[in-house]
Amino acid sequence: MATVLKPQSVSPRLATLSRILDHPTVLSVIFMLPAASILLLFLTYPLGLGIWMGFTDVRIGRPGVFIGLENYISLWYDGVFWLSVFNTLLYTTVATVLKFGLGLWLALLLNHSLPFKAFIRAIVLLPYIIPTVLSAIAFWWIYDAQFSIISWSLERLGLIDRYIDFLGDPWNARWSLIAANVWRGIPFVAICLLAGLQTISPSLYEAAALDGANAWQRFRHVTVPMLMPILSIVLTFSVLFTFTDFQLIYAITRGGPMNATHLMATLAFQRAIPGGQLGEGAAIATAMIPFLVFATVFSYYGLQRRKWQQGAADD
Amino acid sequence: MAGVVVRDVEKAFGSVKVIHGINVDIADGEFVVLVGPSGCGKSTLLRMIAGLEEITSGSIWIGGRQVNNVPPKDRDVAMVFQNYALYPHMTVYDNMAFSLKLRKADKAVIDERVRKAAEILNLSDYLQRYPRQLSGGQRQRVAMGRAIVRDPQVFLFDEPLSNLDAKLRVQMRTEIKALHQRLKTTTIYVTHDQIEAMTMADRIVVMHDGVVEQIGTPLELYDRPANLFVAGFIGSPAMNFIAGTVSRNGSDAWVEAGQGVRLPLPADAPAEAGRQVIYGIRPEHLMLANGSDGVPARVEVVEPTGAETQVFVEMAGTQVTAVFTERHPFRSGERIALSPRLDCVHLFDAETGRHL
Ligand SMILES: Nc1ncnc2c1ncn2[C@@H]1O[C@H](COP(=O)(O)OP(=O)(O)O)[C@@H](O)[C@H]1O
Ligand SMILES: [Mg+2]
Repeated sequence: MATVLKPQSVSPRLATLSRILDHPTVLSVIFMLPAASILLLFLTYPLGLGIWMGFTDVRIGRPGVFIGLENYISLWYDGVFWLSVFNTLLYTTVATVLKFGLGLWLALLLNHSLPFKAFIRAIVLLPYIIPTVLSAIAFWWIYDAQFSIISWSLERLGLIDRYIDFLGDPWNARWSLIAANVWRGIPFVAICLLAGLQTISPSLYEAAALDGANAWQRFRHVTVPMLMPILSIVLTFSVLFTFTDFQLIYAITRGGPMNATHLMATLAFQRAIPGGQLGEGAAIATAMIPFLVFATVFSYYGLQRRKWQQGAADD
Repeated sequence: MAGVVVRDVEKAFGSVKVIHGINVDIADGEFVVLVGPSGCGKSTLLRMIAGLEEITSGSIWIGGRQVNNVPPKDRDVAMVFQNYALYPHMTVYDNMAFSLKLRKADKAVIDERVRKAAEILNLSDYLQRYPRQLSGGQRQRVAMGRAIVRDPQVFLFDEPLSNLDAKLRVQMRTEIKALHQRLKTTTIYVTHDQIEAMTMADRIVVMHDGVVEQIGTPLELYDRPANLFVAGFIGSPAMNFIAGTVSRNGSDAWVEAGQGVRLPLPADAPAEAGRQVIYGIRPEHLMLANGSDGVPARVEVVEPTGAETQVFVEMAGTQVTAVFTERHPFRSGERIALSPRLDCVHLFDAETGRHL
């Protein structure tokens, strides 16, 4: 057909508008607007409100007034607050190290050809799919001063002659909570790392074996570097979750005995809701932000594509 | 350097037996190609030599030492994988240096060896790159470099060129052969491509369904295939096969094929009259006959490639390929006559497929 398509006659104003709308920058802003406004409303607003409340003396049922840094100054001289900071750091560090050590070990085991592989993998996920509160109650029983199954078993085995006071002694309570957190956190780490392990081509191990690497050297020079990208992601998330943990602590010890197991999150809640001091609670919660920002920045660098990951991957 | 001996080797994965008793003797410095269709067990055999698969029964010897229970790292063999298996997190330099570093070789020695290998393989400009930043051909070379720097007893290649485009494949073929002539390291090379086998090998091992069909130099396999499988596998385009019965009349001998067609045989053909045979003739051994001398055929398809022309004809009810270097103006449907070169005719027993 020899028809020539004539440009449609449209008004110059409409033409300009359509040209502007076709511009990628304009278009992307327009498309992002709905999502961005939802984020702004539901993420930034509560965060901003929380930070603002930290600078006021608001209480439950009574609007506060701006009091500047007063909340923070009183926290600075508050031993319980500093104890909670110490607990949070201890809890996060020890639990993360254990979760990663055991999680990696479990992932390596599961990556081997085991009998009943699928079944074992499903079992590993169990702690993760049980609601936290439920497992917290279970642990509460396990750690009970009179009915603890651990104490009972150890006594039967003749290893102890008096029941262990798991939750009554400050250090016992801390280690008990860490153990519960590790138990709950291992599946996440193990399954993520297992996914990472399964992306490593078996021929890399074969090549390394032929190159003369023993099992440890294959782990050190193939597994670890290849796992690093996913490891840093999982590590970041794990640190964030552990640092902000609330449910386990609150359900098992409520921060006791004598505030010995309060984390910053539980202390913030304790002061704000049962204690009614919303402003002070908000200030404690806000004090967590620098730590979390640090972890996020760390992850930002950890998540960056490594130099060796750049380029085509047709192998 | 060392020879490799494979003795009565069998391999079963669970209850499935994939290798049924293989015997191969590879001399020191030889370039041997294992060739066969996909799934015939070439890779499995190569991996057993490397130590990556257990040997179910039989034994493998490298340099006079039985290696059945020697782990891969102590066999002193280097392998080039089909997917190259380069360490993605290491630079080209580190990929090549890895094995020497593991052996705690002297830094200066490592550097010298890596640079020398890089020079041989034209990789000197890429030493600081990562595998992902290289083209397929360059990755292939790095994989070879990783094998060379170790100066192993035996090189093993498992279809190393199958991920490259056709042109690069031809080029790398020559490079690997040149490399072997330079280093003279015993090499076992696996491929499913008979042209690669023919062009590179000192000797070819033709495998099929887990057994060795024939071992020989490329020209031995081409001239004297031991059976129908080898005859059909080696050579391109493949040999033509026509079934028929041997007939004799005085000093004349021929094969009586379908539709009353007579395929000529040399008088001393090793088959008595009445025997059921398969008549084999390579496309390049069919000549254009003039008049009524030849075997009648009808042209179906003509495929010129420039240097030669492949002509697909129908002869005695069978599709037959002929190759001509001269340019004949054939048309589809045209009736022509072809005469086989008598000294190049192969006869196979119809039942066993054995060469007569
Ligand atoms: N790990 C394995 N488990 C079970 N069967 C296998 C395994 N590896 C190879 N096979 C089987 O062994 C046969 C030979 O395989 P392979 O040596 O890879 O063939 P080729 O390299 O000649 O194409 C195939 O039938 C394949 O399915
Ligand atoms: Mg293969």
